[in-house]
Amino acid sequence: MAELPTETPAIIGTFGPHRSAATGMRLDAGIVPDRAVKTHCCFCGQQCGVQLLVKDEQVVGIEPWMEFPFNQGKLCPKGVKRYLQGAHPDRLLHAYERDPSSPDGFRVLEYEAAIRRVAEAIEKIQAEHGRDAFAVLTGASLSTEKTYLMGKFARMCLRTANLDYNGRLCMVSAAAGNKKAFGIDRAANPWSDILTADVVWISGANVAECAPITTDYVWQAREHGAKVIVVDPRITPIARTCDLFLPVKPGRDIALFNGILHLMIEHGWIDHAFVAQHTTGFDDLAAHVAEWTPRRTAEVTGIAERGIRQAAEWWGTAKTSFLMHARGIEHSSHGVQNVLGAINMVLASGRIGRPGCGYSTITGQGNGQGGREHGQKCDQLPGARDISNPEHRAFVAKVWDMPVADMPGPGVDCYEIFRKIDRGEVKGLLTISFNPLVSLPDSGFIRRMLEKVDFYVAIDFFLNETARHADVVLPGSLHEEDDGVVTTTEGRVIRIRKAIACPGEAREDWRIIQDIARALDRPRGFEFAGPREIFEELRAASKGGIADYSGITWEKIDLNMGVFWPCPDESHPGTPRLFEPGSWNPIAKGAGPFYFPDGKARFVVAKYAPPVEDVDADYPLMLTTGRVVSHFLSGTQTRRIAPLIDHCPEPRIELHPELAARLGIADGDWATAETRRGDCTLQAQVVRTIRPDTIFIPYHWPGRKSANQLTISAQDPISKIPEYKACAARLRKATGPPAYEGVLEPQQ
Amino acid sequence: MPVPEHMEFFVDQSRCIGCQACVQACSECDTHRGHSMIQLDYVDRAASPQTVPVVCLHCDSPTCAEVCPADAIKRTADGVVQTARKPRCIACNNCVLACPFGVPKMNTGMNLMMKCDMCYDRTSVGKKPMCASVCPSQALFYGSREEIERTRPRSRPMNTFQFGRQTITTKVNVMIPREAQVQHLDVVAALGAPAAREAPDPMLSMLDVEVRA
Repeated sequence: MAELPTETPAIIGTFGPHRSAATGMRLDAGIVPDRAVKTHCCFCGQQCGVQLLVKDEQVVGIEPWMEFPFNQGKLCPKGVKRYLQGAHPDRLLHAYERDPSSPDGFRVLEYEAAIRRVAEAIEKIQAEHGRDAFAVLTGASLSTEKTYLMGKFARMCLRTANLDYNGRLCMVSAAAGNKKAFGIDRAANPWSDILTADVVWISGANVAECAPITTDYVWQAREHGAKVIVVDPRITPIARTCDLFLPVKPGRDIALFNGILHLMIEHGWIDHAFVAQHTTGFDDLAAHVAEWTPRRTAEVTGIAERGIRQAAEWWGTAKTSFLMHARGIEHSSHGVQNVLGAINMVLASGRIGRPGCGYSTITGQGNGQGGREHGQKCDQLPGARDISNPEHRAFVAKVWDMPVADMPGPGVDCYEIFRKIDRGEVKGLLTISFNPLVSLPDSGFIRRMLEKVDFYVAIDFFLNETARHADVVLPGSLHEEDDGVVTTTEGRVIRIRKAIACPGEAREDWRIIQDIARALDRPRGFEFAGPREIFEELRAASKGGIADYSGITWEKIDLNMGVFWPCPDESHPGTPRLFEPGSWNPIAKGAGPFYFPDGKARFVVAKYAPPVEDVDADYPLMLTTGRVVSHFLSGTQTRRIAPLIDHCPEPRIELHPELAARLGIADGDWATAETRRGDCTLQAQVVRTIRPDTIFIPYHWPGRKSANQLTISAQDPISKIPEYKACAARLRKATGPPAYEGVLEPQQ
Repeated sequence: MPVPEHMEFFVDQSRCIGCQACVQACSECDTHRGHSMIQLDYVDRAASPQTVPVVCLHCDSPTCAEVCPADAIKRTADGVVQTARKPRCIACNNCVLACPFGVPKMNTGMNLMMKCDMCYDRTSVGKKPMCASVCPSQALFYGSREEIERTRPRSRPMNTFQFGRQTITTKVNVMIPREAQVQHLDVVAALGAPAAREAPDPMLSMLDVEVRA
């Protein structure tokens, strides 16, 4: 039973989200900090360097870290105000257990008692229903050491196959596409290659709001003559000043990529020497895109034909280029196909593996890259190894000193784990660094599954919306309360440095996991003294894999401001740019630049299909969702930081004035968006910067403000990423404000 | 220690992405912690995501100081116009009303006019101002003239502004397109003139067909 123990406002009264603004020492300009700790922002995949100022064991402010090469002091508003998450009134300082008789639904539980209760529940569920009946859901905001430990904990301690992570909502389409085409899943280039590109192509990436520091890279390129092409259903801040804006209809990106390839072939804008020497599959692709004439491309994508032709000419004739994409094309029921379409454009141009010639997805979460490499993904083992591959299994089982037969096989994606709860196959759940009630699509289903599961334990530093359903809550660590490494969007492994100790009864997450293993009487393999020891084992476990960290040490990271993997031995400098002649490649072994035995990249035909739920007479609009600059993902942290709340207090429904006029909706009116999953009433924002057939809602808010009440749980068949970016909706003027108005604060 | 002479402040409004990192960082400055001296607003959100950061341009002959009846606003020898001196400021609002750029703001709680002092505590020890340090798009840039000319070949700095018969030169530079002619709008002559035709919808102009939901 994990129904909410009491009414939501009562839980919020104790656990928030409450606003925290600078007070006390944080406003006192007279204090001299005891130390400045060079670390990184806790939020997105760019992982900007920043110094945290510590006074009396509290983080009291920030100082830009000008020397860190990626951002050179630059920070977005989240990075500037991140320090306000510490010493927060909502911080979990104790373990709790659900107690419906308590006014706020929970009562404090002594830490060791909480650990024992968790271990007993796990043992009971696994004894009665089998090992796989207990599932583990993890996150890509954790350090790489923690993600490694979570994978080992699930496979070796719990021996459950049902482990997955919230990178499932983020990076998996790009990962799968990259592996199919290149044989490796990592940004092909460091961001410095953007600076010398002739054309910067940005598909489905709201760069200025979701990866703000990348903006300066794009505009430095532009200052020196680069053409910037932005493909998006909305004129985002980066699109405002681009050279060519292509307002693609949500869910139609493959059609555009195929249409561009059609024109490249027609005009001879193909690097035939590169294609012949370094790729396979071009002829099949050429045959497939023959039907993607500019006219058909325009009809399907909704983009004016002249824009498609202009984009093809600029892309086709460029000498250097950088193509970037993000969730806009990846959050799709054909997300992998979208990624392959983009990669086909890059391969056909031959512009990869050289200075100024690049391609990358823009990672979303702080450790979106490192968090998908070392075994917290349902089908993966450390070093980007495959849990279905007998050799890979044997290698990792040896490092872990466990019988290979005891290691579970591949599990299922995180959404399917909730479906397993529905089917009675999963009875117990542990979450860490994951807030699925806000972040997964069709959130009504997720809520019902949380109500159904027998036992749920949440590890977090705040009581996030999902954790309100927990039987036991364990107080974990903030980013600044632990050491470790993460891997940035560029593939650069960097160091997260501990600034302060965990407050109260809170513990570093790796301690909590090891305490559970000990309470289960299965401590072997979970007796690390700290993250450095975990990293040393991770190095060994990744050795020889594609994501080879074996040559990386914490000291080497410190000395070099990060090390790009693969880095196969301690004398190796790391690999900032992939696919260069002679660069380390354990698969091709000199046969060619790409990570296949023949060294050749694969053209893979990307087939167009409309979104799973297209518009019809009942639901005539496309709903698309995304982010705003002042909030991060499910908002567990940013909806607790007052200056970020004030910047964007609540979500609004964006719509074009033409649509607004037809529906009789004025700017600021309450409007109700409906889909087959549910409805959501928010204020309207009438802007000319969105397609008239599309509405947009940012997704950072919970409950009745949540865009994910509306989204569809359709998933890509390969990557299993949900289709957040396209579903059918309708919109009407609301009869009045929603019931929460005047009851809940904006961030709640 | 004065602010190094070769270091200058440049504002390129065309680069602004509206993220408010400058606004947030400004309130972390030691001389006015908790108060941001920067305003950042949409020009017309219904039409465009264009935003404009308003920072003090540090006039050579600051209007705010000239109209101050209490002589509370001082300009340092190296050209930085400072927040009103607290013992002198009478919170009369003259400076707020007179500044042609709309920079000074009255902090009614403190009865004090507060404005950007170009992070004097930072720039005088060789650091960049907080806002220009963090600005993700470098719409706010602090560096040498040589550096801005090398890195921004498409634009050029300007620091002379005409308001009616008042000519203002400023310490802070505003970047404008390199080829742009500076036009001085005669506001009086423009009164009564027909309103400019509304600009075409940039979204609709790039669609394949007229969209009808």
